[in-house]
Amino acid sequence: MTDQMTHTPETVEKTPAQAPETMAGGRIYQPLTDIVETDEGVTLMLEMPGVSAEDVDVTLEKRVLTVRGKIEGTHPEKLQLAYAEYGEGDYERAFTLSDDFDPDKIGASVSHGVLTVTLPRTAEAQPKKIAVTGS
Amino acid sequence: MYYPTYTRRSDPFGMMRSMLRDVNRFIPTNSDQSVFPVVNVWQGDDAVAVTAEIPGIDPSDIDISVKDNVLTISGERKAPDLPDTARWHRNERRFGKFTRAIRLPFAASDEKVEARMTAGVLRIVVGRPDEDKPRKIEIKAA
Repeated sequence: MTDQMTHTPETVEKTPAQAPETMAGGRIYQPLTDIVETDEGVTLMLEMPGVSAEDVDVTLEKRVLTVRGKIEGTHPEKLQLAYAEYGEGDYERAFTLSDDFDPDKIGASVSHGVLTVTLPRTAEAQPKKIAVTGS
Repeated sequence: MYYPTYTRRSDPFGMMRSMLRDVNRFIPTNSDQSVFPVVNVWQGDDAVAVTAEIPGIDPSDIDISVKDNVLTISGERKAPDLPDTARWHRNERRFGKFTRAIRLPFAASDEKVEARMTAGVLRIVVGRPDEDKPRKIEIKAA
């Protein structure tokens, strides 16, 4: 699998983030993210398997949007891990946005392990064209 | 099937590793297409569990089947519905059909398989059939 990943420059799996490790000793992963811009605003879709809605933290400060998610581990009872292809850990990722959005208008929802963050464009945030008049 | 590494007591996970090696060898994979979903395998005395991270899929779009000792997970992840005017800034997630076969250390019957999906994490527990469990042999006094 590792050799396959070197063939594709794009990220195909969540990767450990550059962030320092957590106090509990776990790793922090970068969630795979899609970002789409529509006329209404910007929508981010982040894959955070194992994270439920109440364990997600979305903050917007200045133009930096930070997303954090705490996972619930999936250790089945009475069983030992015999073979591992993926690691489990909390998620963290930050994005610098192109425009300033209103933090009060951010919407966030979690469905099947995917966090969707919507940043609606407010009327006053839309660029206003200044007409320059000749004297 | 006989797994030679299983006889080595020093390596209890040898059997599982050799099983997955076997199975993956028979699955044709394109070099530009990575294995999906990646799985973790858990082992115990009475059961084997397979966990996989498959975010963004409705549980009804996943098919799980067991035939003899091969567990197959397949399904399709659908791309989100977006208006034509949408502009993509970043596209890291993958969508489409997937299938993955995992060989179990024993032949399982359907009623012993239990699957659950929580927050995009699939967890399949396969119970070990009673006839496969090791039997303790009483030694009778002569």
